[in-house]
Amino acid sequence: MSYKIPGFRHPNLPKNELGYTTKDYEGAVSTLCAGCGHDSISAAIIEACFEMSIQPHRVAKLSGIGCSSKTPTYFLGNSHGFNSVHGRMPSVATGANMANRNMLYVGISGDGDTASIGMGQFVHAVRRNVNMVYICENNGVYGLTKGQDSATTDIGSKSKKGEPNALEPINLCAIALQLGATFVANSFSGDKSQLVPIIKAAIAHQGFSFINVISPCVTFNNVVSSTKSYDYIRQHMASTNSVDYVPPASEITTEYEPGTTERVTMHDGSVISLHKLDPNLDIHSRRSALEMIYEYSAQDKVLTGVLFIDPDADEIHKTMNTTTTPLRNLTEKELCPGAAALETINELHR
Amino acid sequence: MKPTDTSNPEYFHKVVDCQYACPAHTPVPEYIRLIAAGRYADAYMINWESNVFPGILGRTCDRPCEPACRRGRVEDKPVAICRLKRVCADMKDDIRSRLPKIPKEKNGLRIALIGAGPSALTVARDLMPLGYTIDLFEAAPKAGGFMRQQIPSFRLPEEVIDEETGYILDMGVNAHFNTRIESMKALIEDGYDAVFVGTGAPTGRNLKLPGYEEQTQNSVFIGVEWLAQVAFGHLTEAPRDVIVIGGGNTAMDCCRTALRLGAENVKVLIRTPIDAMVASPWEIEDTRAEGIPILENHSPLEYIVENGQLKGMSFEIIEYSMTEDGKEVFTPTGQLETIPCSMVLLAIGQANAFPWIERDLGIEFNDNGLAKVDDITFQSTLPKVFFGGDAAFGPRNIITAVAQGHAAALSIDLFLKGKDLEERPAPGTNLVSQKMGIHDWSYASMVTEEHRHAVPHVDLDKAIHSHKVEVELGFDAKTAFEEAQRCLNCDVETVFSANKCIECDACIDICPVDCLTFTDNEEEAALRKKLNVPAHNLSQPLFVSTEVGTGRIMVKDEDVCLHCGLCAERCPTSAWDMQKFLYIQTKAFNAESNQANPTQAEIQ
Repeated sequence: MSYKIPGFRHPNLPKNELGYTTKDYEGAVSTLCAGCGHDSISAAIIEACFEMSIQPHRVAKLSGIGCSSKTPTYFLGNSHGFNSVHGRMPSVATGANMANRNMLYVGISGDGDTASIGMGQFVHAVRRNVNMVYICENNGVYGLTKGQDSATTDIGSKSKKGEPNALEPINLCAIALQLGATFVANSFSGDKSQLVPIIKAAIAHQGFSFINVISPCVTFNNVVSSTKSYDYIRQHMASTNSVDYVPPASEITTEYEPGTTERVTMHDGSVISLHKLDPNLDIHSRRSALEMIYEYSAQDKVLTGVLFIDPDADEIHKTMNTTTTPLRNLTEKELCPGAAALETINELHR
Repeated sequence: MKPTDTSNPEYFHKVVDCQYACPAHTPVPEYIRLIAAGRYADAYMINWESNVFPGILGRTCDRPCEPACRRGRVEDKPVAICRLKRVCADMKDDIRSRLPKIPKEKNGLRIALIGAGPSALTVARDLMPLGYTIDLFEAAPKAGGFMRQQIPSFRLPEEVIDEETGYILDMGVNAHFNTRIESMKALIEDGYDAVFVGTGAPTGRNLKLPGYEEQTQNSVFIGVEWLAQVAFGHLTEAPRDVIVIGGGNTAMDCCRTALRLGAENVKVLIRTPIDAMVASPWEIEDTRAEGIPILENHSPLEYIVENGQLKGMSFEIIEYSMTEDGKEVFTPTGQLETIPCSMVLLAIGQANAFPWIERDLGIEFNDNGLAKVDDITFQSTLPKVFFGGDAAFGPRNIITAVAQGHAAALSIDLFLKGKDLEERPAPGTNLVSQKMGIHDWSYASMVTEEHRHAVPHVDLDKAIHSHKVEVELGFDAKTAFEEAQRCLNCDVETVFSANKCIECDACIDICPVDCLTFTDNEEEAALRKKLNVPAHNLSQPLFVSTEVGTGRIMVKDEDVCLHCGLCAERCPTSAWDMQKFLYIQTKAFNAESNQANPTQAEIQ
């Protein structure tokens, strides 16, 4: 087994604005099962960060426990990382974000880490609108513990060695919408042409960006009886829209029929250009997004694409009026303003 | 594009760039792996089957394989294939017991070989095991032809020539040395069933400029003839000031030999600029390393002779340019230069001559003085007469002569069995999975980042005082291993089965050199542009699969694939597999049973 990837790259590999190639965004060789959807998501993150010319040292990768949570080792090898306790990634991400708002926080989690043990953590990160990208690599199975059904397994879905699941699945996109997530998308690991621009849009978004990525487990859940297999998703996938991420101050080149394209301008001046495939979805309406999710679900279809964006919502720092300076840069003088300042504060509460 | 037909052996053959480029199609990666494993004799035999003179070629080959080597496209320099070949010759043990058995009972058919150079010896090597009686005629006292007479000993020691020509002569060839054939007619009347002409291109071109007739001291030589005289010990010294005219490998051999015979002031003069020289870059490098200046853009005008003695040579400086259709133009500048010397060596090309072939035998000749020879069968217009080596199409190189010898031997065998010469037997091929376990291959799939190793040389001081001291020392076992590890194992092919693919993208994500793409099918030009990294190198093919589940196709750009096997390692369904492709050209001696692995069978 190869633990190392050869050092040679294609001599014509393109370079980004920083002069980096995708090699500079790679991590260690994956130790996940061959063919795991999670590896494709890692590759999509590498591609998105490369294309956006993100400085690797400005990124923090955070994860919990599970197959999904191993993946930050396999991308952005030159970035910061924190592998937390099972399900506790949202707290660590929130804390890190409070300490230094100038980083890009990429949280990686799975359906077990998010929808079971970490559910309480997840919902609070959502409602606080922590400025981060939260990717849930959702395969509907507990891969690391040999293939038990997870909380996102659909009713009737049967894994390789399991029984048909009898319990109601948690729809993470729906929950995120209900709790006030300001960017919600659903995608598929096997469709990078959709996933890469969605990740770029999520990075550009200021606030909590949730991407649920259906990511087949080749070892335990890529069978005909499963609703999260490569074949099932390919046959049942429906796109609400196709997404183009247009960087700040660059020309929009993709042309669609008038009236079918919606452009959302983000805080940094970039534009998310959404080519609507279903005119019934209003991506500025939570209710519309929720209705569409259930509508498609009733037709046995998996709705993918960007489902909801609120580019103007206040992220947590704005709501709490916190300092823009990273905590590590604050001196004793600012952190301990003295008895007089304390007295003033105490006065306010008498 | 249409799906690639990998059942056609030529597709995978072309992926093995070195083997494809080799005129004799030596299975290069196969023997390099054996060198890495320390199995030098096995590596030698694989070479010997294909190119007959591994020790000689490991020192002198023009190495068309090396510019073709994939490693040269991935990093700067190719694998030192040629010098690895020398390693297996240097380090093998006695291989004589592994040479083919020669039937005691002959088949009654007699073949005459004219010349004992690489092509004729190859014919003997291929036909002796089949029971033919072979008479070999050579004007010189020993076998080897060009290899012995025109390659100086400091590049190719005599013992190596003796050993490798000996393997063939010892098969029972009736060799007649010091015997120049003066008449083809007489030979044919002698009743030979077939005649092979492998007389090489023995004469170098002369340059009869003003002053040539006046010099009486024998100081203007045709380079190849002068080298032959040195090789046979007739000439042992050179004067102080020597000029060599010409920019090919023979010129490089001449000037370095002159230096070793005592010349102190040797200059090479060429009509072209240095970067238009035809000599191999490494020969030019070695020449300059010995301190010999190469003066460019000098067109010879006149021999300056006083009282019959050569005193120098005058040149005109020219301006060199190329026309749009690639023709060289030499424009005189009027500027003259005289260079003093007391010997001139001419290395300005070789010419063919067949004064001994009567023109009424049915052997037709071209305008350029060469016989009309079929470039596949090597048969002349007189069916029982075959040509090969430099005698067939003019000066090429040793490995080409060997390849032509194999082809001619096959033709002679077919001819004498009354078969159609145009129906060449297909190559023997073998494609075997290298999978040893779930993530384990039977070859060293990891790609080393080591740079090419230089071959150590003897001390310059020691080298230039004798033309018998071999300059290159050859790799030692450790360096040979490290150099062998640089080989990318291009013969371990990536084999794709579209029906097993689940389009998980694992291969595309892991491929270090981004040579894989899932895409909708298009015409080749459009397809090349839309790959993950566009495929601009048109000399390298695209592999195109049949449709996978979603109707897309898998496209692989063969250009810089490292054959690291990671695509197959990361494939959950074994849609990719690494399979070793062995391609063995069919020759006279294995035409009946080419199992693509005759040597391997012997080895086991």
